Amino acid sequence: MSSVRVLVGTHKGAFVLTSDGKRTKWDVNGPFFSGWEIYHMKGSPADPDRIYASQTSGWFGQIIQRSDDGGKTWFQPGFKPGEPTTKPDGMPITESNKFTYDTSSSGKPLTTHQWYDGTQHPWEFKRVWHLEPSLNDSDTVYAGVEDAALFRTTDGGKSWHELAGLRGHGTGPKWMPGAGGMGLHTILLDHKDTNRIYIAISAAGVFRTDDGGKNWKPINRGLRSDFMPDPTAEVGHCVHRIAMHAERPNVLFMQKHWDVMRSDDAGENWKEVSGNLPTDFGFVIDVHAHEPNTIYVIPITSDSLHYPPDGKLRVYRSKAGGNEWEPLTKGLPQKDCYVNILRDAMAVDSLDSCGIYFGTTGGQVFVSPDGGNNWNAIVSNLPSVFSVEVQTLN
Amino acid sequence: MVRIALPYHLRTLAQSGAEVQVAVEGTTTISSVLDALEKEYPMLRGTIRDHITHQRRPFLRFFACGEDLSLESMDLKLPDKIVSGEEPFLVIGAIAGG
Repeated sequence: MSSVRVLVGTHKGAFVLTSDGKRTKWDVNGPFFSGWEIYHMKGSPADPDRIYASQTSGWFGQIIQRSDDGGKTWFQPGFKPGEPTTKPDGMPITESNKFTYDTSSSGKPLTTHQWYDGTQHPWEFKRVWHLEPSLNDSDTVYAGVEDAALFRTTDGGKSWHELAGLRGHGTGPKWMPGAGGMGLHTILLDHKDTNRIYIAISAAGVFRTDDGGKNWKPINRGLRSDFMPDPTAEVGHCVHRIAMHAERPNVLFMQKHWDVMRSDDAGENWKEVSGNLPTDFGFVIDVHAHEPNTIYVIPITSDSLHYPPDGKLRVYRSKAGGNEWEPLTKGLPQKDCYVNILRDAMAVDSLDSCGIYFGTTGGQVFVSPDGGNNWNAIVSNLPSVFSVEVQTLN
Repeated sequence: MVRIALPYHLRTLAQSGAEVQVAVEGTTTISSVLDALEKEYPMLRGTIRDHITHQRRPFLRFFACGEDLSLESMDLKLPDKIVSGEEPFLVIGAIAGG
């Protein structure tokens, strides 16, 4: 019988929630890495028992963790218990937590970016925001980091190397940090074209490569951000999240700082589909597993008020790919609710009756086992939730 | 052997107790103590000092024999009581929020 495994990253550790296909009774395992910020965890599509986690700390820096048994046990890649950790000369076999920006052959910084005050600022690595395992190789993973850049490992997380074409293509000096920092937070791998990858950065926008990561181009035509001197500039937009359906990778959906957007041509052009949403500010957006035109957002009051309008936690669903939205409320708190839902904290499973999941800064993780019609809290008192991913297991 | 006291979160990474002991080659300085620590516990590389610059991470402090050595040169020779193991070299996380 099918089952699901939900991977939850929080402000104070990681949790693994499991259930059978009914998704009514749950086992809660954790916390793993207690006391550390777990920005993101994600399983490999090629090997569901292989899971990667980003463990971070303002004190101690970045750690990458890996599980080869579905989240039961964890180790830093290259430091698996019982296996040698150093070479004969005493040097470590791996440096799984070392993320060094490419300085090109000149040895000088590749570029600078815009600081909050408009001056230029050097890139400084802070943490990994998002880990995206390859679709067909469990040892290959992409990492989106702050300050914004894309890294890749091909050895199971033992070493990481920047795909420097993204920062090096010329617009870097115009990128700037959003309120949460300048993070590369979304990585979408095209299921039909292995050379095509989409990434999104706050605040720079969306970029696409068609050659496996060597060359990148900004794809932000149609976005409008009134906080910028040129509201329709090529880069500088605070894109909060993008999503696609695996079977329709040319159609992209976006929750921007303000505005919900859609592209039908692989990001070349965007149009607004906010329609009748009560507010078009928010962070998450996702697509139903079996209905490519059914999408979900969770409206948040504004960029100054990071909680749901009127204290009512409502998921909005559009079955028309945008513009026409319906509120989903059954089982969700409809008064006195002032949590936020961060950009990586929504996911969908691929069971016949598609499950929708999201986590809140109040420590709740909600599931709807029927595409959003009915909701239940799996857990209610976790630390603030940073990210939610789900694996559908057979 | 030099004794090194680690903060809680580094103990969990190193899977060690509150203190570890390392053999230091050459002169016992802040830098050589950390070199020995990272050789014995390679999973700690990058957690106490930067991978590239080898500078102390901003929210960590170093103490020895009651003295704050955080702002001293990494090449500072440590007191005899640290060299002999009578006193531990302390790596402490700054008290800065939760």
